[in-house]
Parts: sequence; structure tokens; C-alpha cells
Amino acid sequence: MSTLSERILGAAAGEYVDRKVDRAYAHDGTGVLALEAWNAMGGDRLGKDSDYYIQFDHIAPANNSTTATLQHELREFAKRSFMHFSDIGCGICHQLMSEGIVLPGEIVVGADSHSVTPGAFGAFATGVGATDMAAIWLTGETWFRVPESVGVNLTGRFTGAAEAKDLALTYVEKLGMDGATYRALEFVGESARNLSIDERLVLSNLSVEAGAKAGLFYADDVTVRYLKERGHDVAPQVPESCTYRQELDIDLADVVPLVAMPHRVDTVKPVEALAGLPLDQVFVGTCTNGRYSDLARFARLVKGRKVAVRTIVIPASAAILEKAIRTGVLADIAEAGCTLGTPGCGPCLGYHMGVLGEGEVCLSTANRNFKNRMGVGGEIYLGSVATAAASALKGEITSPEAA
Amino acid sequence: MQGKGTAVCLPADIDTDVVIAGRYLRTKDRSIWATHVFEDLDPSLAARLKGSVIVAGKNFGCGSSREQAAIAIREAGVVAIIAPSFARIFFRNAINIGLPLIESDLTCKEGSTVVFDLSQGWVETEGKRHTIRPLSPRMSEILTAGGLVEYWRAHR
Repeated sequence: MSTLSERILGAAAGEYVDRKVDRAYAHDGTGVLALEAWNAMGGDRLGKDSDYYIQFDHIAPANNSTTATLQHELREFAKRSFMHFSDIGCGICHQLMSEGIVLPGEIVVGADSHSVTPGAFGAFATGVGATDMAAIWLTGETWFRVPESVGVNLTGRFTGAAEAKDLALTYVEKLGMDGATYRALEFVGESARNLSIDERLVLSNLSVEAGAKAGLFYADDVTVRYLKERGHDVAPQVPESCTYRQELDIDLADVVPLVAMPHRVDTVKPVEALAGLPLDQVFVGTCTNGRYSDLARFARLVKGRKVAVRTIVIPASAAILEKAIRTGVLADIAEAGCTLGTPGCGPCLGYHMGVLGEGEVCLSTANRNFKNRMGVGGEIYLGSVATAAASALKGEITSPEAA
Repeated sequence: MQGKGTAVCLPADIDTDVVIAGRYLRTKDRSIWATHVFEDLDPSLAARLKGSVIVAGKNFGCGSSREQAAIAIREAGVVAIIAPSFARIFFRNAINIGLPLIESDLTCKEGSTVVFDLSQGWVETEGKRHTIRPLSPRMSEILTAGGLVEYWRAHR
């Protein structure tokens, strides 16, 4: 009996295999270096039978002429080699792959650490660096060591204001930031099946923060329905009983709103313990928490009120932006005094659109709070959308349960 | 593959943001990465890396997939990195650019001489020999070729 990772990769944990990559994607950050490696390899034609994507999200739109020139070269290459190309404003690569592209059972590789995100669809999705991506462009294949898996068994239901992000921070804290290195996380149990696709994407997204190679859900009725709405007929994956290298049981009822402290994702405290900590900025968005349901929840909490601190809200994709415009969610957010950004990564990686100054403190819905990441001397606290909304309204870290 | 260098000790959980900050990534000029490597950890470190072997705690290279982290370390003159474990993308990236990584748990003494032999499977420092976890056959081939670019140039 196999884990889902073993099933998709077609070999037992510990084995080394060469596998065709169904979908390979890179962004403007890693793509530039991958193009250099591709040229150095003498690349001329893309490997057969794989789909290749380049999405501009990291510095989008370009912040200066150096970036613009690098992006121009990559854009021309993407078009010349007939890759699927998404220019600035289309959105974050992981989100675009999750809007009806990645399908259950596929092997997906992205040149970005958060390429674990589409594992939410029952795909084996993982991240690599630029040179590995160039070799995939060349051959359509790469090598894998089939990972042992950690079974994350979810039971119960959320109570109070706790949400998927708090659950994700809970498992990262329990495993530690290298607790799942070289391994895959497989989210199972009755409550895994109750989670929406947006919630699953949050859990898969954070798996790399515990060092994991992948973070997978079995495709079930929820997955089938989501993909059906986007034009795909797929079958659910039936779980087999299998042996996990390690098991982690989490009752969702035990999850409370949390924040991850600077500068480690695995160092968390209940939001309440930090209540009153003054903020300079709140940021809502990213491949973790920039989806429509996130914006809608945020809008519901700030509607008719004014934020007390500068607050940047960035939809994860153009489709999300358009839906938020149509439903009025965006108007509520703008009227509450928030600043809106172009769909993409925003200030998460510290390049543009909301970089922090020395000594500034930010509550962010992103997935990483490493030292200086969002700007030299800035401090990043990671939390949920509800925590971000409650905190934005008061200008200080505030429990969503106190609001 | 053999090598030798002077030990530079680093803590556990070194993330790739701290190896090379996002603000330096958008360039093709690799000397910029070498100049600013580890700047947010210790601005004086970059100048001390030529001919060194980094001996770090567990989970070296966690976080972002930026290959510039591995390139910055190599360009600064580091001979190899030794740690009990590496984040997996960094592991692949380093081998792919021909920078040897050695999985071994040894006590670091700043400035001591570190000698290693990857094919024989040992690393030696302070008169003590430690075994190392061997690379997979494919990773060995890639590293021996000098990196993945060279590997594919030879295999096409």
C-alpha cells in the first residue's frame, strides 16, 4: 500500500526515479537565471510532452530599468519558445496554476519554493532552482528521490476566529522549520475533506516552511467540483491504507489564532499574547492568503470602518481581482482606507510595493518572516486574514476574537 | 573529489534570504552576489570566505529557491559546506552549480583546517575523521561533471 506521493511518482519511498514533468513553471525571479543556464546548456528546443509556463509576479510591474530589461529578455524567450506566458498583472504563479491548470495525479515542478501549493489538487508539486528548471525545459524530465511521508491527520472543526492559516502555523510549529525536510506532508482525515480548495491551498503552501518537498491532499468531491467548474472532468483519488514515516494529529477545535514571530515561521504565539503591539503596516495577499475568500473575509470585517494603519491589499490573481470588483468586495476594502496593489507577490520578498523601513513592524498574511526579508531592519509577524483585519482597524496586533 | 579549506562556523537554519538578500537578486552580475553574501548575518563575513569550508548547523539553505544563494557562496570562494542537513532545494541548487555539500555532523572550530574526500566518504578536522552521508549516484555524477550545465552538455 502506497502513500499518495509514492502512487504519483510510481515508486517506493527512498528510491531515485527519473520522471516526466507534466507541468513546469518559473517566474520573473528564477526564470532569468534559468534562461542563463538554458543558454549555457545550448538549449534550443523545449522537451516534448510537457507544458511550460512563465508567469511574471515577483517584481510586477518592473521597478526599474534593470529589472525591465531582464524581464524583456525572458518575455521574448517565453514567446519565442511558445511557453504559456502570463505577463505582469495576471497574478502569482502558484495561484495561476491553481485556477484549473494543475490536475490530480500530475507531477508539477516550479522554480520557486512555494511550488508545493498545487499539491492541494492531489498532484505531486515541488520546487526546484533555476538550473534544474533549465534542464526540465531541455528534457521535460527531472530526477526525484521518492519522499517518505508525514501523515497530518485532521479532525474536528474550527471554532471562534481560527482559520486555515492558523492551522498551517500550528503544524509548522509542531514539526519545526526542518521537521519535514526531504519528506512530503499528506493531509488526511475527515476534516481534510471538509476544507475548501482555498483552505487546502493555504495548508499545502506552508508545507515548505516545515522543509517539506510536497504537501498533498487527495482529490475528492470538493476537488472534482472545483475543477469541473473550470472545465475539467477528473476522478477522485481513493486513499489506500499506508504507512507514514510520522503521524501528526491535529483537532481543528484546538487551533487558535496565532502569529509567527520574527524571524522564524515555526516560532508562534497566540495573537492574544501580543495584543497591543503597535504596527506600521498590515499586508494582506500573497500565494498564502490573497485569494477571493480571503479578500471577502477581510472586506466583511473592515466594511464601513477605517483602518488605523497603512494597509496594503493585493489580490493573488487577475481573476480574483475581477471577482472582487464585481462583488463589491474591493469597494469595501478601498473605502476602508486600504491601498490596493497589482496582482502578484507585492512586498512579500522585499522588492517593491510596500517594503518596510528600519525598525518598522508589519503584520503580514504571507508565509515567510525571515530577517530583513521585507526590508532591512523591518520586523514581520505572520498571521491570518482575520487577525490582519482586526489589527488593521486598531493599528496594533489585535486578536480577531476581541474584535 | 577532494578538497581542503579553513573552517568558518555558522549556526543552524541559515535561510537563503540571509545568504543573499532579495534586494540584490535582480542582476546578472555575479560579483554583486559574492560581495553581499551573508550581509544581513555579518557584513564582515564575505571578505573571510575565500578558501573556506563553511561548517554549519542543521537545515542550511532553508527558504527561497533562489539559486543566487548557492552561486554567491561559491563566487565568494567557499570550497564546500558541511552541515548535518540541508534544505532540499538548496541541496540540489548547490550540486547543480558544482558546489560540494557534505552531510556530516561535526563540531566546528573557527579557523581549523578541514579536509574532505567525497569519493572515500570522509571529512577530517582537528585530527578526527568523520564519515559523511554519500551523495546519490545522480548527484555524484552531476557534481563530478562540474554542475548540471556541464552534465547536460556532455549528455546531449
